[in-house]
Amino acid sequence: MIKATINNVEIEAPEGTSILWAAKKAGFTIPTLCNHPDLKPGGQCGICVVEIEGIPGLKRACMTPVGEGFKVKTHTPRIMATRRQLVELILSNHDTDCLTCVKNNNCELQQLASIVGINVHDYSRSGERLPIDRSSVSIVRDPNKCILCGRCIQVCSNVQTVDALAVNHRGFDTVITTAFDAGLGNSVCINCGQCVVHCPVGALYEKSATEEVWEALHDPDKFVVVQEAPAVRVMLGEEFGMPTGSLVSGKMHAALRRLGFDAVLETNFTADLTIMEEGTELIDRLTSGRNLPLITSCSPGWIKFMETYFHDMIPHMSTAKSPQQMFGALAKTYYAEVKGIDPGKIVSVSIMPCTAKKFECQRPEMNASGYQDVDYVLTTREIGRMMREAGLDVKEMPDEPPDDILGDYTGAATIFGATGGVMEAAVRSAYRLVTGKELENVEIKPVRGLQGIKEAEIDIDGTRVKVAVAHSCGQARKLLNKVQDQIAKEGKSEYQFIEVMACPGGCVGGGGQSWGSNMAKRARRGESLYEEDRSLPLRRSHENPSVLALYEKFLEKPNSEKAHKLLHTHYYKRSTVDGKIKPAS
Amino acid sequence: MMLAGYAVGAAKGFIYIRGEYALSIERLEKAITQARLYGLLGENILESGFSFDLAVMKGAGAYVCGEETALIESLEGKRGHPRNKPPYPVTEGLWGKPTVVNNVETLANVPEIIRNGAAWYRGYGTDKCPGTKVYTIIGNVATPGLIEAEMGTTLRDIIYEYAGGIKEGKKFKGALVGGAAGAFMGPEMLDAKMDFVNLKEYAAVLGSGAILVMDESTDIVGMLQSVLHFFKHESCGHCVPCRLGTKQLVEIVDRIAGGKGKVEDIESLVKISEVMRDTSFCPLGQSLNLPISSSLKYFRDEVYGRVQQPA
Repeated sequence: MIKATINNVEIEAPEGTSILWAAKKAGFTIPTLCNHPDLKPGGQCGICVVEIEGIPGLKRACMTPVGEGFKVKTHTPRIMATRRQLVELILSNHDTDCLTCVKNNNCELQQLASIVGINVHDYSRSGERLPIDRSSVSIVRDPNKCILCGRCIQVCSNVQTVDALAVNHRGFDTVITTAFDAGLGNSVCINCGQCVVHCPVGALYEKSATEEVWEALHDPDKFVVVQEAPAVRVMLGEEFGMPTGSLVSGKMHAALRRLGFDAVLETNFTADLTIMEEGTELIDRLTSGRNLPLITSCSPGWIKFMETYFHDMIPHMSTAKSPQQMFGALAKTYYAEVKGIDPGKIVSVSIMPCTAKKFECQRPEMNASGYQDVDYVLTTREIGRMMREAGLDVKEMPDEPPDDILGDYTGAATIFGATGGVMEAAVRSAYRLVTGKELENVEIKPVRGLQGIKEAEIDIDGTRVKVAVAHSCGQARKLLNKVQDQIAKEGKSEYQFIEVMACPGGCVGGGGQSWGSNMAKRARRGESLYEEDRSLPLRRSHENPSVLALYEKFLEKPNSEKAHKLLHTHYYKRSTVDGKIKPAS
Repeated sequence: MMLAGYAVGAAKGFIYIRGEYALSIERLEKAITQARLYGLLGENILESGFSFDLAVMKGAGAYVCGEETALIESLEGKRGHPRNKPPYPVTEGLWGKPTVVNNVETLANVPEIIRNGAAWYRGYGTDKCPGTKVYTIIGNVATPGLIEAEMGTTLRDIIYEYAGGIKEGKKFKGALVGGAAGAFMGPEMLDAKMDFVNLKEYAAVLGSGAILVMDESTDIVGMLQSVLHFFKHESCGHCVPCRLGTKQLVEIVDRIAGGKGKVEDIESLVKISEVMRDTSFCPLGQSLNLPISSSLKYFRDEVYGRVQQPA
């Protein structure tokens, strides 16, 4: 342990602790801008500089480890003046039109300017306006807001290994951009939105669909249905000032109903359905021994990543659509039929923790119903904005259930939102499908939690199934490289079933979740989903009565011809240059 | 370089040259090829059991790649952005391996010292700063060029003994010593001894050994302007103070040069360059305070004379 003082407060910290974290122990939060708790410090902004007695000059607290006997000062007159100067320099080249910024009130630069006490512009505004990149269906990039902190590049390249963003040009002309300046929509970007949730300012945000959804809600001729992903119910409360991970399923239904949706349904319903389809697929593959391991397909960021970087894994992918798209296909067929509504008048909206879902719903093959199955995807942030605009406060809502026939869900569905959840849910039902018996202890702890790659061996009545779970594309890449290796060397992989989620922590850490995310918060939200699972009377997907009714009345059985038409999909090979589908050779 | 490789146990050396220096690259590559032919490079050199090879790596012309960690990044094929230190290159350098980075002048001294002994080398220069220094003398001198002089030689001797004095018999006004980010010096510094230790006392540096000599007709604000424009152009863009500071400095100095400057503009130059000195990520941005503060030290009246006087 290192002993040091921060502003005369004695602290002890493990060797290698940065001054920034050591100062927190003494109760001092040193202001920073480029630093993020989940990323390596890059040292771009210089805001966190401190003085250390006996060491000349100022040192960056984020990247200077606290040393034995250090006497650190964090807010001397020299430091405070320097910080102000730096913030003023940043503002000299920043679009400070805060009132019209998507990040207004949530902007780290705005907060910093207020903390260091900027009240005049000392320096001339410089730089020409750069074009806003709207080429992506998921993410908008505004270089005029960008402060070049590099967080987006770090998360895109190091955490996700996607490498869609890079620094171009130099000096004052430096910009962060995509290959050939072609825009995110013409790049290898997988739309995961991790750049968005890591951006301290308003340079990256989702392509909003709130105007379109308002229009549908206000149109008396439309029947607007809404589905909500599992991870939204442990996030939406935070949008309204509730503690991290607050579970608000019932309040969410109530607020959506009050917002004017004609039917408040559940992605969780189709999560249970996904398990029926994917679980049946798993049993088939285990029986035939072909195309193992089976790999999950719920995460559209992961799908595009796989289509771009792992063409040889396409046969291993589950053909089951994601719960969002299964819902979309059923809303305009089964639901319309049962409820007697013209499917052409149904507007299908989904609330997602995800920016890639916007891309997924616009994939041309996602029209099994004869219409675009899901019309609009709203992120948790967007639905929060709409609720605030309508004067709704989730905190104050009563608990209400979802509407019927696409609304019931089990505990197995709700844990889809946490990394390992799909795996756990699938095992709960696969056990039943194979053995005819129920799994006694449904909690499969080894696949829970936030380690990079999780493994477990599951005994299904004598058959041992080796499973692995990866969250973040970087971890997925590592795991799949291992699978490729094993297949090349031994003809088969040690794993039979793999779950991949594109985002760190799974959907609770998605790119559509509220601003200011970090791993600790993601973990807390995941725990809340497991709490909801424990609280529900049914915890196995195959016990969902509405799912059973759907098969009985409409789909016949899992993987039936009709199920295949509506609930399954196929994949493409994409270019590693622009992410576009390669023509079939 | 081979001696350095032998000393630290390295088997491979890289010579990093700016891509624009075609002639240097051509000559070095020829020399390396010849050395290999004679068995002076490669496996088991002259049956000594020591193996060493050299490669010439071309830079893309970024000034910041003279900073050792940016140079290493560039060698690895990345953008020439400086790395955080520590770790220093001697513990984690090229491809994460311990790496020694030296400049040509340092390495060029080594064979002579080994051949003639340290005492011989110490015979040159001053007690605190032994040896010699290579200078590049440019500007308004009669015979610009490269010279090697003992440490402690005065600026006067360098200009008048080695470089033939000021061109066209004009008067000496000042010099920019140590490279683009060096210090301006006025006539009162002509008899200052030029060595690392002594110059430090005057808040100046020897730096690259470049000495830009200015005659009486030189406009000091114009000089400052070209220095600041150069640094704005060469800032890599990684850190806030250098990327945005150089831009502001250029706008301000252009204003002063255009006759539209105010006294506060001069104060801003100082203030911004001090923040850059204290918070820039690498020496490029840290060093700009020196030409600004030294120009005001030696040519204060001239600079203040160029701004609008308060009513």
